[in-house]
Amino acid sequence: MKSLPRMMTAVAACVAAGLCFVGGAAAQQKEILIGGMCDRTGPTQVNGAGICPGIQDYFDLVNSKGGIEGYKIKYEEIDHEYKVPPAVEAYQREKGDGATSILVYGTPQVQALNQKLEEDKIPGTSPGFGIAASADGKRFPYLFPVAATYWSQGAAAVKFVKDRLGGDLHGKKIAYLFYDNPAGREPIPVIEDLQKAEGFELRTFAVPPPAVEMGAQVLDIAQRYKPDFVIAHLFGAGPSAAIKELKRNGYPLSKAVGLVWASGEHDIIGAGGWAVAEGYHTMSFAGVGDDYPVRQEIRAMYKAQGKEPPKAIDDTVMYNRGILWAALHVEATRNALKANGGKPPTGEEVKKGFEQIKDFSLGGLVPPLEVTATDHQGGGWVQVFQVKGGKFVKETDWFRGYPEVVAEAVKKAE
Amino acid sequence: MFHRESGVFKTGYAADMALYPLPIARWSVAAFAGLFIVIVPLTLGEYYLSILDLILIAVVGALGLNILVGYTGQISIGHGAFMSVGAYTAANLAVHLGAPFWVTIPAGGLMAALIGTVVGIPSLRIKGIYLAIATLAAQLIIEWTINHVTWISGGVQASIQVPRPSLFGVQLKSQTQLHLFLMFFVVVAVVGTSNLVRSRIGRAFVAIRDQDIAAEIIGIDIFRYKLVAFAISSFYAGVTGVLYTYYLGIANYEQFQITVSIDYLAMVIIGGLGSVLGSILGAVFVTLLPILTRWVLEDYGWLLFSQQDLQNAIPNMRLILFGGLIIFFLVVEPEGLNRLWRNIRNYFRVWPFSY
Repeated sequence: MKSLPRMMTAVAACVAAGLCFVGGAAAQQKEILIGGMCDRTGPTQVNGAGICPGIQDYFDLVNSKGGIEGYKIKYEEIDHEYKVPPAVEAYQREKGDGATSILVYGTPQVQALNQKLEEDKIPGTSPGFGIAASADGKRFPYLFPVAATYWSQGAAAVKFVKDRLGGDLHGKKIAYLFYDNPAGREPIPVIEDLQKAEGFELRTFAVPPPAVEMGAQVLDIAQRYKPDFVIAHLFGAGPSAAIKELKRNGYPLSKAVGLVWASGEHDIIGAGGWAVAEGYHTMSFAGVGDDYPVRQEIRAMYKAQGKEPPKAIDDTVMYNRGILWAALHVEATRNALKANGGKPPTGEEVKKGFEQIKDFSLGGLVPPLEVTATDHQGGGWVQVFQVKGGKFVKETDWFRGYPEVVAEAVKKAE
Repeated sequence: MFHRESGVFKTGYAADMALYPLPIARWSVAAFAGLFIVIVPLTLGEYYLSILDLILIAVVGALGLNILVGYTGQISIGHGAFMSVGAYTAANLAVHLGAPFWVTIPAGGLMAALIGTVVGIPSLRIKGIYLAIATLAAQLIIEWTINHVTWISGGVQASIQVPRPSLFGVQLKSQTQLHLFLMFFVVVAVVGTSNLVRSRIGRAFVAIRDQDIAAEIIGIDIFRYKLVAFAISSFYAGVTGVLYTYYLGIANYEQFQITVSIDYLAMVIIGGLGSVLGSILGAVFVTLLPILTRWVLEDYGWLLFSQQDLQNAIPNMRLILFGGLIIFFLVVEPEGLNRLWRNIRNYFRVWPFSY
C-alpha cells in the first residue's frame, strides 16, 4: 500500500508525457502535404527497406531544387506493419493534416481505403500491387495503379515466355508457381485466357503462406511436370526459397521468370548470392540499376550536404521503385498546379493531374506511361532483367503483354 | 470518502440486483455514457474520433474473447477467424440480398456462433495449450476456406465491398454517425457481458475455469456450458467482424489473420482475464499504445536520433517500445490493468484511512 501512491505518480507521469505532444500543423507557407504509408517493419519489410528511403530521397531532391513550382513538399510517412486498422488511422491522420495524395502501401490496405479515398476525393496510388480492376478509372476514380497491375504482369510474363520460346506457344508447357492468397491468384484468370488464345498447357502450383517452404511444389515442377518455362509470383521470403529449390532440383533458372515482387536484390542475395541465381529473369515496373541520372543527382545532393546516402541506395531494384512512386506523385501535383494556376491544389485537382501523366521518363527509370481518365494503369509497361555475372542485365526494353486481353479482363471484372 | 458504501439501503429486489448499486458507480457510468455518446462526437476532431472508433470495435471483440478465455478458461487463438466468418456472412447478405444492418449484424454473429460451436467441440476433450493448437488449426482452416471458396469470398480478390449502413433511409457516412452507430453496439455488448457474468451461465463458466471436475460433480453440464461459451464468444467475434466491415466499407479476410487473433489475446491478457473493465482497458491499451508511441517519437525522437535516421527509427522503435511497455505492465501487475485499477480503487475506498 505504501508504494501505491508512488506507483500512481509514475504512471501519471508516463501518461502525461505521452499526452504532451504537439499536434502537427502544416505550415501554410507554400507547402504541399503528401501522405504515405510505407512499411519498414512487418512482413513486407524487405521491400519497404528499399522503397521507403527511395521515396523520401526523391522528395528531398525535388525540395532541394526548389520544390514543385515553388511549393515545398512535406512528406508524412507512417508505418502500418501491413495491418489494416493502423493503415486506416494513418489515412485519417494524413487526411486531417491536409494531404493532397496518398501513397497507399499494401493490397489489403488499398481494399480497405478505396471507399474512403473516393468519399474524401483524395487520389491514392498502388504501383505494382493493389486491385487489378482499379485500372478502370471510371469505376475506381481515386485509385491509381500507375504501374503494371498483376494482370498486366501476368500477361507480360506470358509474352516474354512466348518470345523466349521462339514466338509460338502451341504445345508448350508453362508452370505458374504462386503465393496462395488473393494477390498471388490474381493473374490466373488472365493467364488462363491467354492459355486458350495461345494454345499452351498451364498448370498452377499453389504455395501456402508464408511461402518459405515449397519443396514439394518445386519437385513436382522440376521432376514430374517438366515445363518449358516457370512463371513465379511470390512475395516476401518466397522468391529466394523458390530460386534455391529450383536450383536444387536441377531446373535451369534461365527458364524461370519472376513477377515484380519476386525480382528484388534481396531475393537474389537471400537465395545464396548472384552466382546461385545466374540466369534468373526478373520483371520490374521501374528501371533497375545505377546508371540513371536521377540516382546520380541524389548522390550529389547527399554529397553537397556532406552526408553519405542511405544504405538503401545500393538496392537498385526497390529503391528505384520508390523513386518512381514519388516521381509520379510529383508529376501529378505539378500538372495540377499548372492547371489551376499555382494555387494550393486540392485532391481532385491532383487526381486530374495524375490523369494527365504522359511523356515522363526520368531518364529511362519510368516507363512510357500514359495515364488517362479511363486507364489509371498507364499501359502496364514492364522490363525484364536477367541475373548475369553478378548483376541485373537489361534483357528487354519497355514492353506490354497483350494489352487487349488485360483491357477485356478489366472490363469484365465486377 | 469518495467511494461511499455505507448508507446505501436497498428496499426491493430490483435495487438489490441492480448492476450499479452504489451512487458513485451510477454517477461515473452516467458520466462516461454522457461523455462518449454526447460530448465526444460533438467536440472531438475527425482523426481522434476515428481512433476512438477503432478502439470501440476492438472492445466488442475483446469482451467476447474474455468471456471464453477469462471466464471459462478455454484458450482460443481462433478469434480472428470467427470475425472473418461474421464479416463475410454480413457482406454476402448485404450485397446479394440487400439486407439492412439490423439483419446482417445478428446474422453474422449467429453464423460465427455456429462455427464457433463446431470449433469448440475439441474443448470437451482437451485443455490448455492443446486446445490453443486446435483453435489455431480452426483459424487456419477458416482462413483457407474463405480464401478458396469463391461463393463465400466473392471472387479471386476475396473481398466484398459493402455499402455503409443506412438507418431510416439515412446513410451513416460521417465519422460522427458511425461513432454513434458503433457506440450503440458497444453499450449493448458491455451491458450484456456484465449481466451475463452475474447470471447462472456466468457462474457456470467461472466454475468450469476454476475446477472443471468439481463443477461436473456438483451438476454443471460442462459439455453444454463449454459449447455455450464458445458460441457466445464467437457471436461477439462475428459482430466485431461485421462492425469492421461496415466501418471500412469492405470485407477482406486479410484483415482477420492470425496476428489479429494474437492481438486480441494480448488485449485480454494485458487488460485482465475475467473482467469486463479489463477487456475495455486492454482494447484501449493495445489499439492506442502504438499510436501514442508514434506521436511521442515524432515529437521527441530528435533527441535520440539524427534527422536522417529518424524516419527509419520511428517504426522500429515503436515496435520495441510497444513490446517493452507490455512487459513493463505485466511485471508491475501480472493480473493486468484491471487489477491495477482495482488497487487504485481499493486505496480510495478506504481513504483517508489505510485499511
